[in-house]
Amino acid sequence: MTYKGHFRIWRGDEEGGSLEDFEVEVNEGEVVLDIIHRLQATQAPDLAVRWNCKAGKCGSCSAEVNGRPRLLCMTRMSIFSADEIITVTPMRAFSVIKDLVPDVSYNYTKAREVTSFTPPEGLGPGEYRMQQEDVERSQEFRKCIECFLCQDTCHVVRDHEENKSAFAGPRFLMRAAELEMHPLDAADRRDDAQDEHGLGMCNITKCCTEVCPEGIKITDNALIPMKERVAGRRYDPVVWLGNKLFKRGS
Amino acid sequence: MTEVERHSYDVLVIGAGGAGLRAAIEAREQGLRTAVICKSLFGKAHTVMAEGGCAAAMGNVNAGDNWQVHFRDTMRGGKFLNNWRMAELHAKEAPDRVWELETYGALFDRTGDGRISQRNFGGHEYPRLAHVGDRTGLELIRTMQQKIVSLQQEDYRDLGDYDARLKVFSECTVTQLLNDDAGAISGAFAYWRESGRFVQFDAPAVVLATGGIGKSFSVTSNSWEYTGDGHALAMRAGAKLINMEFVQFHPTGMVWPPSVKGILVTEGVRGDGGVLKNANGERFMFNYIPDVFKGYYADNPEEADRWYSDPNNNRRTPDLLPRDEVARAINTEVKEGRGSPHGGVYLDIASRLSDEEIERRLPSMHHQFKELADVDITSEAMEVGPTCHYVMGGVEVDPDTGAADGVPGLFAAGECAGGMHGSNRLGGNSLSDLLVFGRRAGSGAAGYVSSLTERPTANQAQVDEAARAAVEPFGAGETYENPYTLQSDLQRLMNELVGIIRTEGEMSEALTKLRDLAERARHVGIEGNRQYNPGWHLALDLRNMLLVSECVARAALRRTESRGGHTRDDFPKMDAEWRHTLLECTLDGESVTVTPGEQVPMRADLLELFELTELEKYYTEPELVEHPARTGAQREEGAP
Ligand SMILES: Cc1cc2nc3c(=O)[nH]c(=O)nc-3n(C[C@H](O)[C@H](O)[C@H](O)COP(=O)(O)OP(=O)(O)OC[C@H]3O[C@@H](n4cnc5c(N)ncnc54)[C@H](O)[C@@H]3O)c2cc1C
Ligand code: SF4
Ligand code: SF4
Ligand code: FES
Repeated sequence: MTYKGHFRIWRGDEEGGSLEDFEVEVNEGEVVLDIIHRLQATQAPDLAVRWNCKAGKCGSCSAEVNGRPRLLCMTRMSIFSADEIITVTPMRAFSVIKDLVPDVSYNYTKAREVTSFTPPEGLGPGEYRMQQEDVERSQEFRKCIECFLCQDTCHVVRDHEENKSAFAGPRFLMRAAELEMHPLDAADRRDDAQDEHGLGMCNITKCCTEVCPEGIKITDNALIPMKERVAGRRYDPVVWLGNKLFKRGS
Repeated sequence: MTEVERHSYDVLVIGAGGAGLRAAIEAREQGLRTAVICKSLFGKAHTVMAEGGCAAAMGNVNAGDNWQVHFRDTMRGGKFLNNWRMAELHAKEAPDRVWELETYGALFDRTGDGRISQRNFGGHEYPRLAHVGDRTGLELIRTMQQKIVSLQQEDYRDLGDYDARLKVFSECTVTQLLNDDAGAISGAFAYWRESGRFVQFDAPAVVLATGGIGKSFSVTSNSWEYTGDGHALAMRAGAKLINMEFVQFHPTGMVWPPSVKGILVTEGVRGDGGVLKNANGERFMFNYIPDVFKGYYADNPEEADRWYSDPNNNRRTPDLLPRDEVARAINTEVKEGRGSPHGGVYLDIASRLSDEEIERRLPSMHHQFKELADVDITSEAMEVGPTCHYVMGGVEVDPDTGAADGVPGLFAAGECAGGMHGSNRLGGNSLSDLLVFGRRAGSGAAGYVSSLTERPTANQAQVDEAARAAVEPFGAGETYENPYTLQSDLQRLMNELVGIIRTEGEMSEALTKLRDLAERARHVGIEGNRQYNPGWHLALDLRNMLLVSECVARAALRRTESRGGHTRDDFPKMDAEWRHTLLECTLDGESVTVTPGEQVPMRADLLELFELTELEKYYTEPELVEHPARTGAQREEGAP
């Protein structure tokens, strides 16, 4: 089934821009990214959009469709009715470079601030032994494709540019949690999470979890346990020691 | 003269996929100031899409595995056309490279005793692929991305600057390599995608790690990045490409709906028990075991099914034959009218594993089919068909250092380098290739730079010319060619005429049409300005796509046999005389020249790893006189 779809796409750059209307062919089985590509090929050759895999694996094509943060390549046209006007805008929490392409450098800056994996003393390559059940928690977080949709959604920074310097965002708080839960990592990131990455600013609204295309339970599985660990460290040294010693069993 | 931003480094790595990142880590760890340049954002390179796993003979699941077995599998998969030295280094070093990733923080799936788990894959005798569900490439990329961050954190601690010794230039595209008057590499010329501004990198060594060429085909698993840039850059700098006729069509791409046609369905589905069936419900692969593999694969479904649980007493299922065999089989089934409604065949995992197992082992396949095709793979079969996936051909390099033949200072690794996989790559052997040869190229480049007494100097005229060529599409006249139309014409042409089954007539036609396209491409024009302009980016990429496509077509026309990723309808047999011949593509002015070259004979101790009876299927008689079985036999004959 082919029909003419109505699109309203934000076009412009850092100096400003506006929504532009397009009428474009839509075919069965297509996703929003297919439509953007058709627009490039037929009506707007310089329309800027990021994408790579077109299969939900690289996290490049993030934008907002009718105001909801989504991957353009995984948003099927069949979820809209044929007469609906579909509005596509760049992620709002970041400044725009051009059209649908935002400046996501904030995320790369934050990524550098989380202490890296710290290998255990005395274990050489090939000597790592870990049980599946113990790596699974961190593996869930490593499914992250760095689409930054959670970062775009979180109200702490969404309309609060001023919070960005103190807040790493759900993606990178989760990174700290991932390393905390790594069975063999030797560093402790709990103070940093609280003091440097702004864990305390998160008030567990779960909006980040809702938009995650990988279905990662960011709030329940990463942020809340991380808050508990920080609380344990701050107020109960015995719990802290126990946690560290019995990390595998916790 | 145009204004050009300028940077100076010891080693320039072009590409931030697995090969590029591993090369950069190595060069930086050896103390060189290193830059990584990539077209996409950091962490988005093609490697991120790899699903099934990374092959390394660690022997964690079956202790019978070792480098010799891996080496043999690799050579068989490539139909003995592989550069045997690369295959040897690869098989020997892959385990160390995988273990090293754990020290960077990688979390692979585990065995019961806590080691890295390994899964079955096509052409691999034992379970050999280290994996994380079906998102292994993501784990590789992220691990190395994070390792780079950790090196940058070290530099921040020591020098107060994250980028002091290792910097990533993302969304920056290289359009030309620079060289000094003697032909040695002196750097690269690039533009920022974001602003369109030009950048000149001065560096005595460049490592190309730009990946493949698959975007020149309409049905492909490859992304927009795969326009053969590194292949083309190397050729223009004077390097040779080898094996360009060998293009891998992965047997299982999605076929429906049309907009997702070509997206990969991992071989892990078959490794974990999935089977191929035709429209009549027959497991047709049993009819397609080629002579060279007879005896290694089960010839009936009962034995094949027993193999999953008892691999030591049963032969493996032919669903896991090397990819070229499976792709051709599917092609034939469809052509003979036994295909599925949308022109593929069925891949059934639903009836083979429990729902939970499927969701646990193949989560992203489950997700992909559900989201993109409304198919629940726990209850329905998938429809699949061949899709362009990987290019075996690439820059001819020295196996030990990755140095490109004939261009001092140029190195290549990963998919853009040729030789390692011969005529057909085994699944899982790319990710390991990236690690092994990425590291070697990084080290080769570091060694080269340290050995220099003098740095090459940039040639200003060359930089000016590169800048002029880059803005050319803005100066097109009143009527001009649309780059998107040109690209889709090229993709259709390559898919139809130089695709999975080839004939002389079609390839000659392709060459004529490629010439027409190249002519049209001279008049390509674009709208808008230089700021993040995808039309302009594509117009520049097209030059590389056209050049590389011509190499594929010319080499394919020349090779009058069928082998691995090159199937000739008019020459359906493998020919031992072609086994020791490599076709080399070079650029002579504007035209591509194809020259046959001799393959270096395999070292005797490696040759001995194979039974003579097997080698006889691939080698000419004179090549085998030194085999011990032969010399031994002669000795016996001569004995009293
Ligand atoms: C869907 C899919 C699944 C796969 N699954 C597996 C698997 O399970 N196992 C396996 O072993 N292999 C697999 N492969 C193959 C494997 O992923 C690739 O061969 C491999 O990742 C290539 O890595 P690379 O480092 O050579 O290049 P890439 O990862 O492609 O990186 C290329 C880099 O070069 C950059 N670049 C290119 N041109 C330029 C330029 N002009 N200027 C600047 N930068 C440039 C790009 O931006 C990118 O950063 C799969 C491939 C696909 C498509
Ligand atoms: S749960 Fe925390 S991190 Fe997530 S959106 Fe809410 S405040 Fe932000
Ligand atoms: S956690 Fe989810 S939403 Fe956030 S960046 Fe990763 S994949 Fe995207
Ligand atoms: S293009 Fe990769 S996630 Fe959409």
